[in-house]
Order: sequence, then C-alpha cells, then structure tokens
Amino acid sequence: MRMSDPLLVIGDLVKRFPVRAGIFHRKVAEVKAVEMVSFDIRSGEIFGLVGESGSGKSTVGKTLLGIYKPTKGSIRFKGRDVTTLIKENLRFFKKEAQMVFQDPKSSLNPRRSIKSTLEESLIVHKIAKNGREREKIVVDLLGMVELSPSFMYKYPSMLSGGQRQRVAIARALALNPSFIVLDEPTSALDVSVQAKIIRLLQRLQAERQMAYLFISHDLSLMRTMASRTAVMYLGRIYELAPTEELFTNPLYPYTKTLISAVPVVSEEERRMKPKKQSAGGEIPSPINPPSGCTFHPRCSLAQRVCSQQLPELVEVMPGHFVRCHVVTNA
Amino acid sequence: MEADQRALSSVGLEITITRWIAFKDRVGRGWYRFRRNPISLAGGSMVLLVILLAILAPYVTPYPRHAGPFTDFSSIFQAPSRSHWFGTDEVGRDVFTRVIFGYRVSLMMAIVVLGISVPFGVFLGLVAGYFGGWIETVIMRMTDIFLALPPLVMALAICSAFTPTIEKAMLAVACIWWTWHCRLIAGITRSLKTEEFVQASQTIGSSHIRILFKDILPNCASAMMVKITLDAGFVILVGAGLSFLGLGVQPPKPGLGTMISYGAAHLPMKWWLTVFPSLAIFFLILGFNLLGDGLRDMLDVEAEGI
Amino acid sequence: MLEIRDLCVYFRGYEGVSRVLDAVSLNVGRGERVGLAGETGCGKTVTMKTVMGLLKTPPAIIPHGEVILDGQNILEMSAKHLLQIKGMKISMIFQDPMNALNPVFTIGGQLYDVIRFAQSRSGNGRKRARTEIHARAIAALEEVRLPDPERILNSYPLELSGGMRQRVLIAMALVNRPSFLIADEPQTALDVTIGAQILGLLSELVRTKGISVLLITHNLGVIQETTERIYIMYAGQIAETMPTALLFDNPKHPYSQGLLASVPRLTGGEIAEGIRGTVPDYIAAPSGCRFHPRCDYVMPICSQKKPPPFMVELDHYVGCWLYGEDGG
Repeated sequence: MRMSDPLLVIGDLVKRFPVRAGIFHRKVAEVKAVEMVSFDIRSGEIFGLVGESGSGKSTVGKTLLGIYKPTKGSIRFKGRDVTTLIKENLRFFKKEAQMVFQDPKSSLNPRRSIKSTLEESLIVHKIAKNGREREKIVVDLLGMVELSPSFMYKYPSMLSGGQRQRVAIARALALNPSFIVLDEPTSALDVSVQAKIIRLLQRLQAERQMAYLFISHDLSLMRTMASRTAVMYLGRIYELAPTEELFTNPLYPYTKTLISAVPVVSEEERRMKPKKQSAGGEIPSPINPPSGCTFHPRCSLAQRVCSQQLPELVEVMPGHFVRCHVVTNA
Repeated sequence: MEADQRALSSVGLEITITRWIAFKDRVGRGWYRFRRNPISLAGGSMVLLVILLAILAPYVTPYPRHAGPFTDFSSIFQAPSRSHWFGTDEVGRDVFTRVIFGYRVSLMMAIVVLGISVPFGVFLGLVAGYFGGWIETVIMRMTDIFLALPPLVMALAICSAFTPTIEKAMLAVACIWWTWHCRLIAGITRSLKTEEFVQASQTIGSSHIRILFKDILPNCASAMMVKITLDAGFVILVGAGLSFLGLGVQPPKPGLGTMISYGAAHLPMKWWLTVFPSLAIFFLILGFNLLGDGLRDMLDVEAEGI
Repeated sequence: MLEIRDLCVYFRGYEGVSRVLDAVSLNVGRGERVGLAGETGCGKTVTMKTVMGLLKTPPAIIPHGEVILDGQNILEMSAKHLLQIKGMKISMIFQDPMNALNPVFTIGGQLYDVIRFAQSRSGNGRKRARTEIHARAIAALEEVRLPDPERILNSYPLELSGGMRQRVLIAMALVNRPSFLIADEPQTALDVTIGAQILGLLSELVRTKGISVLLITHNLGVIQETTERIYIMYAGQIAETMPTALLFDNPKHPYSQGLLASVPRLTGGEIAEGIRGTVPDYIAAPSGCRFHPRCDYVMPICSQKKPPPFMVELDHYVGCWLYGEDGG
C-alpha cells in the first residue's frame, strides 16, 4: 500500500433496516438508511459528513465500525476489506478504528464507574499486565483529556456533559487508533463547553495524526473542523467538496437551503448566506423516499427529469462533486 | 526515578482516597433516599425484624424445645396468657415459639427458591433478549408454557407425585418461578441492547458474555431488586399454601401453613391456633410488599433525577 | 406585561440547599419579543417554571421576589386564580414536541381539551357546541399552516413528523389567544431547515397578534434572528441585557464576550478557547458575582458583593463591577 493511498475507502455502501410487522415478524418495508454512498478518507484528514435527520450520516459512521453489517458495498481500511474480518484481524481493526458517540448521557454505562468504562478496551485487548498497570494507563488517559485522576471512581451521573464527553473521547483513545468516527460529539453540549471539546479534539488530532470522520448537523462547526465535507440527504451524498469551496460556492439546492437556514449571530455571516431559500414541506421518510432525485419535491429548481431519474455524482470542478441535473446540465 | 515513584505514590494515594469518597457518597445517597421514603422504611424494618427473630430464634423464644418433637399434655389448648403469649397447641407446645421457628422455614423457602430460580431465569433472560432470533423464540415460548400454569397448582402436582417434603416443595416452586425473572430480564435486555454504551463496547471488541454481564446486567439490578423483594413475599405465601394442604412442612416441624391447617379444625373456639400464625405470615408478606413498593418508588424518583 | 423582580428560588436536596436563582430581574413589555439566553444549568428553566406556576414547592422555596404578570403577582395567586390564567393569559411552547403531546390521544382530542378547558374557566356559562369547538380547532391548525387539518385532527402524535408536531403545539398554545407566550427552545429538537420554518412561523404569528414573547434558548443565533431584546443569564444571575442588535457588536460582560467568542462561525475560522473553569455548584455557589472564579478580569470586589446592573448605554445594562462604581 502506498503512502498516498487513502486510509479508508467506502464503495457503494448500502444499509437497509427491515421493518417487521405481524406475529411472524415478516418484513413489510425497508428503511433505506444509506444508499450507494462512496467516498474516501485520507490519513490524518478530517472529513465532514453533514445532514439532517434521515440523512443516514450516523448510520454510515456506525456501519463503518461494524456496529451494523452493511447490506451491500465495500469498506476497505488500509487496503483490506473489513466487512469480512474475524478474530485477530478483526481485533486489529478495532484497535485502529474507534468511535465517539453523540449523547454522553447514553454512551457511558450509568452503572459502571469511569475506571471500569475506560478499562474495558485494555482488558479486552489484554494491553496491561495487571490491575495496577491498568490503573496507571487509565490515569494517563484521563490526563490526555484534561481530567484529574479523581474522576476514576466516579459514575457518569456525577459528571457534567462536557466531562462525560471527555471520558468518551478518552475511551476512544485508549487503543491508540489511527481513525476515529465522531458522531455529533458536541451536539448535546453547551456552546462554551463545545468550544473546549473542539479544541481538545483538534489538538489530539494534530498530535497523533489521526483521521476523523466528523459527523454533524452544525454547518458552522463543520467549517471550523473539516477539510473536506459531504452533504447527505435521505441516504445519499448529494455534494462533496473541500469545505471552503462548499461554503463559498455551494452548488446543490439543498446545500444552499441548509446554509441559509442556520441562525447566525453576526452581520458578516448573514451576508455570506445564500439568499433565503426555504424548502417548504417536511423531510420525507427513508422508508418511502421520492423517486429520482429525492430532494425534488422540495426543490424550487426542480425540472421534469429530476423526478424521473436519479442524477449521477459528477465532478463539476476539481474535487467538487455534485449530484444534480440542474447543475450538471448548466 | 525517585521523583517518579513519589509522584506515582501520591497519585496512588489520591486514587485510594477518591475510591473511598466515591463509595461513601454512593452509599450515603442511597441511604438518604431510602430513609426519606416511609414505605420502604416501614417495610424494611418489618422484614429486618423477622429476619433477626428467625436467626436468633433459639435465644429469643421462651421455649425453644417446643420447636421440635415435644409434648406436654397437661398444658394443651391453653389460651394466650403471660407464660404463653400466643397460647399452646394441641400437644402443648408454645405457639409463639413455633411461630418464630416457623419464620425460619418461610425465610429459608424464599432464599432457596429465589436462589435457584433467579440466576437461572436471569441468565436465560439475558441470552434471549440479547441474541434475539430463534434463541429468543425458543426461550420465550418455553416461558409461555410455564407461565400458563399457575404456580400453586404446578407445585401441587409435582409434590403429590412424590412423598411430600419441604425440600421437594421448594424445588417445585423454583421450577416454575424462573419464568417471571426470565421475562423481566429479557424485556430489559431487549431495550438495552440498542443503547449506545452497548454499541461502544461492541466497537471496542468486547465479547458478548462480557457485554451481558458487565454492561447489561448491572442495569437490570434495580428492577431485579424490586421484583425479588416482592417475589419473596409471594413465594412464602405459596409455600405456606403448600404446607396448609399438607404438602410442605411435615409435622412435627414448625411451619406456619401447617399450623394454620391444624388449627383450622379447632376454630372458632381455639382461635389462637390459626390467628397468630396467620398474622405472622401477613406481617412478613406485608413487610416484603412494602419494601418492594418503597424500593420501586425510590428508583422511580432516582430516574427523575432528584 | 411581565416583570420579575429580585426573584430568588432555592431547592432542598441531599447535600443541602441549592440556591439556584439569585435575585433575578427581567421584564417583557407588551408585544415585545425578549430572549433569555444561557447555557445548561443557568436557571432559565427554573425561571420559566416559576413564571408558569409549575414549580413544586417543596422541594422549591421562594424566599424572596415577585413575578408580576399584567399587574398581578403570580406568586401570591391562589391555585384557582392561577388556573384561570394558565393557558389563557399565559401560554407555553415546549422544547420537545414528542414529550409534550400525549401519545395515546389523537391531536384532535388534545386540541379540543385545550379549547374546552378554556371555556370552562372563562366562566362563559354556556357550553359551546361541538361543531364550534371543531371549527376553532381547524382554524387553529390552519393558522400554523398545517395542510389537511381534518386528517391531522384524527392522527396520533406518532404519525406526524417533528416539524408538524411542533406546529400543533404552537396551535395549542395560541388557540385561546394568550397575551403572553413562553417558548422554550422551540427549534432545538428539530432539524435545521424545519427549525427555521418553525421560527419563521412563530415570529410571524406573534407579530400579527401582538403577543409578548419570552424565548428561552442557548442558541445565540436563534436569539439574534428572532428577538428584540436579550437577557444573558449565568448561574442564576442576570449577567447582561441589551437590544439584540448590539449582541454581536458590543457585549460588555466577560461572560457574554466569552460566550460569543465560543460560537462557531458560518464564516469559518478558529473558535475561541471557551471559558475556563466549569459551571458552579448551586449549593456552594460563588459569592458576589457568580462568574468571578472564571473571569479574566476579576477584581477583589467581585467576590464580595454582587454587582447591580450598571447602565452602559440606552437599554443596555451589565451586571459587572468593571462598569460601575469601583471599576472602569
């Protein structure tokens, strides 16, 4: 594998969840959470995935790490297909790729002490020789996220949201991974706490040269964190570009709607927002998405072809991909 | 090197102190909630009283020998008096003493039955809820079958098939009792398995067994505590029922149900033979029920975050 | 319309007494849209519950303060009187529409309840006919731009999307024509684009009906776009109040400054270091100005006395010694 090869390559990933009904639990419908998603992440890069509910962004993150089994498609980490790994190889992958979950209230087991939660990785992968050594490593981990050793025997209910999220980050770091999926890591936190956690994440990333998949619905945060960003809607990527390019020159109508809907504080931000394009209507359900381009019912630029045919993801400018008939035909 | 060691030992000291403080805090908080709730306090005291009496039976009863084979036909059927608080029975034994010793049997019944059925039921419940699929279907259908049969009737059937002894009665009840716990735990596990902290452990690579016992089981603890406490009362009732029907405790051993059974024939003249053992059972079961209710209220409040 | 004067609210708990609100004062004029901004645990929910009369008084204690709604002190009202104004004069929109709606009743059932309850309390005497209630319900749903109101009345909350549920909540809050509305983070549980729709709808409705609004949120962008005046709250004290237009240009209180600097910008760039330290414990709350342990400009007087609101310009008051007698 060459140095310039991407760390993670996702090809045509599909994840569908069955909806079951009746006493025999027959499948009556499918939630098409992720449909034909492809992108790659380079070593040491922060890649952003932005979208609203139903976009499938969280599902992508969890499928990458094996929490869900993909329905179709390939996930290659360092050149190897990870969907078929078992035993030692699987364990090796777990050490390389970790996750920080969204809600610090539910991602830490309320009945386990912080020490127990952080020790889990060490015990499972037999990293330390005995309890004393494990204790020392846990203290080190807490230090990495700026928490004092006194937190070891506390329980999550005694910690604030920011502190809990720091513990979640420490847990992800325990195995020294090269890739971390961050699923809305600060959405549940206050703004001032978020700032600290974001700085912590940025510092850790720079120090350890890790790659991040940063998933969020907060566009402003995305601009601060990610070097490249993909916009997802109802399970598909509709626009992918270097972050700066995405904000200064958004092409896909939904992207423009998203940016214009963000409530901002300063005049400067207000000026940079695209003209207020409100997309009327609700976000459709992923069980029954609209035909063709799934955004067409809410799109002010929709044409006949938009409801008939799903557009392809086209590179309209170097590094800038869009999936839109109106844009590619212009 | 020395500085390192000193630093490490001071960290070690800090950790030890932290551990002690955290422990004290948790226990203190739990006790505070417990003692503020009058129901759990009342129930807890009642149960505690009975347990103490049962353990110290030989020392707190006036006539410990009456608990065994003993007869004194000169003092049969004596009404309650200062020397015999609960009166004497048909062979002259002190009823009070026998009631206290009868408590031993009742409590033993609860311990044995729950001690067998709870671990078994919990384990099956965990497996069923976590793995789902056909495993869950098989286990759940098994529990359905067992649940369709009323415990007392089942116990009756099993007991009467063999020579009835108290041990067989306990086993019979245990055989059916696990199903309730299995159901409860399966339900909780099913809802917990999609929680993010379980997904986090999966991401780390923990084995299923580790996840079941370290992540899921501790979260079932509060529901289990309530259920076991309420169950204790019910198991004792079933046991007393069996004894009443002659299938449990055999004479001359003291058993509350047996005593009621024998005393029933002498109602209403010699009322003390039935009333006191009945009150004794009532007291114990009420205690367990209040304790269980109080625990449940306490845990609900905890969920609300006080 | 609403005036809160020196409100103190304490709670009794395991470790002692939590002094949550410390002499909070704020007011909302008629037809005015005021924002109450603050982070988790700053006391805004407690404030809101006090105004709505929803505080359970044990374990809460109100040793001091007045809450005056349209001339009457809510804290001194009898339960019966309170019932008359709840939902009538003063109404509320909650944060999470799924929690605020009862999942086992239809929307229609819940909406009719609200309408009927109002009638019984306004002492109207005659019971309105079912058709009239139905008509009012349909009108309310049409006002919040819900398509096909008939179908919605027969639906259960689970069948509707988050945005639609929030519209239903707004309809329920406005159907009895309140003069004062409290909106608790109405957009937080919703997606960005849907939240924008809801906020737009809300703004338009309150403007046309002249309703006074107290909008509670931690999202400064939302406050900027939907309110005229803002109060910034920290740890149970009001730190600063100013016209919203001045929020970005001229925050004076160190907490406001720190907060603003921490907000990620749509224009990108680094965000600030955040504010050092953590939110204080209300049982052993810092003395004087509660922000002083985290403040970069702390002076001796800050820990001794709580600063009164100093006027720095028209309608702009700061609770900070930097701007008063002993400061600069």
